[in-house]
Amino acid sequence: MASLRAGVVDDQALCIAPGIHWLGALDPAMRQFDIILKTANGTTYNAYCVRGSAGVAIIDTVKEGFSAGFFARLESVARYDEICAVVLNHLESDHSGALPELMRRAPQAQLYISPKAMPTLRGVLKGELDPQRILTTLDEAGESRVIDLGDRSLRFLQTPYLHWPDTQCTWLAEDGILFSGDVFGCHFCDERLFNDKVGDFRFSFDYYYQHIMRPFREYVLQALDIIEPLPLRLIAPAHGPVLRESPGDYVRRYRQLATPLLHREAGDEKTLLIFYVSAYGATERMAQAMREGAETIEGVRVSLFDIAGGEVAPFVDLIEEADGLAFGSPTLNGDAVKPIWDLLSSLTLVNVKNKLGAAFGSYGWSGEAIGLIEDRLRGLKLRVPLKGVRLKLLPTADELVACRDFGHDFALHLCGRAERRVLDISELG
Amino acid sequence: MPKANITFEDIGITVTVPAGTRLIEVSEKVGAGIIYGCREGECGSCMMRIVSGGENLASPSVLEDKVLKENMAGRATRLACQAQVLGGDIVVRPA
Ligand SMILES: Cc1cc2nc3c(=O)[nH]c(=O)nc-3n(C[C@H](O)[C@H](O)[C@H](O)COP(=O)(O)O)c2cc1C
Ligand code: FES
Ligand SMILES: [Fe+2]
Ligand SMILES: [Fe+2]
Repeated sequence: MASLRAGVVDDQALCIAPGIHWLGALDPAMRQFDIILKTANGTTYNAYCVRGSAGVAIIDTVKEGFSAGFFARLESVARYDEICAVVLNHLESDHSGALPELMRRAPQAQLYISPKAMPTLRGVLKGELDPQRILTTLDEAGESRVIDLGDRSLRFLQTPYLHWPDTQCTWLAEDGILFSGDVFGCHFCDERLFNDKVGDFRFSFDYYYQHIMRPFREYVLQALDIIEPLPLRLIAPAHGPVLRESPGDYVRRYRQLATPLLHREAGDEKTLLIFYVSAYGATERMAQAMREGAETIEGVRVSLFDIAGGEVAPFVDLIEEADGLAFGSPTLNGDAVKPIWDLLSSLTLVNVKNKLGAAFGSYGWSGEAIGLIEDRLRGLKLRVPLKGVRLKLLPTADELVACRDFGHDFALHLCGRAERRVLDISELG
Repeated sequence: MPKANITFEDIGITVTVPAGTRLIEVSEKVGAGIIYGCREGECGSCMMRIVSGGENLASPSVLEDKVLKENMAGRATRLACQAQVLGGDIVVRPA
């Protein structure tokens, strides 16, 4: 019986449009990707060959262990001496694995990467490639370079941080094809390859966005502004199905996913979230006092959460939209407590850069938690404008006043109304 | 010891420091908006804009120059993890 599962065949390139072939690799056994993602049915590494009347360009390669299949597919549609350009949309190992060998087999080919990829390339090639053969995809005037293949040409969209600083997309205007790299990709392996043939990959598409793109939401929005006006006929991403049926739907889905999940209840107000953990209530009372102080400042909306009563994921959603974050923890065995670290270690999923952060807590004799949380907040690129408040065991009335003042001053910083100050370095501690 | 005054314009704080201090030693402690990645002059995360007093900073090293070029930085841009104050008044803000 003839199989309906036609699609990718071993060692053969698959035509995705006239003169354009998929040269990728299927990796159905992959279950965990980049440590942070799971996939229930593997992934694909998509690479492409574009033939023009005056030359051949290769866009991306595959993970190293899959090189043999990639070269076999390439050889089924082109000779190495026809290749004039190799484009890498993204230098991560899943796409650059076969790059050094490809550059050896096609010694006349030029490599095209984004300007931001230059520092990364040194780590990938370790000096193996003649610098003369490397071109950045922006020229000196900041315009996209054009790879002229005769009846077809490739141009470049700078879309940094989707997923690394180096990421770019390649646009084939004559055919309306966007070679998008990780953008619009997903970990989903199905040899039928085209989105109108493969199984249901909607979850995989969203999941990939949430884990790879979400931390860079601002950059996603900038990239969408560039991509949305293009007359797209097909999106050829670096992982998962080739999107030939209604490619615009996937661009619209990115726009939806990049729109804040939570309706902005607070309008123009600044939002401050105070999270705490407390065994005997001391840190909890500090948190309440901090809230009272912050609420005296007009234009600041304060919320108080006992981390022990919530789940990490919804807190992360709240944090993504908040302006200020304060974390209260007692010191136990010289450290902040695990629920705090569990929450803080999940913040790489969202962008917290330049939000304001603060720490506070009760302690018994050494009080390390506060400094450790502050260091972590700075490590996450939050601004920590005030030295955290610590107090020994149960708060006195005076100490609660200090917590209230702390909340008040932090709220002033949030509204940009803190006074100008002159300090000596010795006061910074 | 010769002193210098660094003003972080985004937060309105001026700090008096001994000559030879690097910006990174101060900016995080006061909560200024300059952010750091590698902290050793490689990644370009800490680019800052020199609003005034650029002549009061030690000239960029070859490494810093290279990173600034790779990030297509303008002339009044420096790396806060590298830049060292020599004296006088310097005003900076995040790039
Ligand atoms: C999802 C993801 C995010 C990354 N983010 C960063 C980053 O922010 N900064 C950085 O220096 N490297 C980053 N990298 C690069 C890795 O550190 C680099 O590829 C490293 O060589 C991987 O080491 P391994 O082979 O031991 O996994 C990232 C890599 C991945 C997969
Ligand atoms: S923090 Fe990386 S260059 Fe300064
Ligand atoms: Fe990637
Ligand atoms: Fe990838």
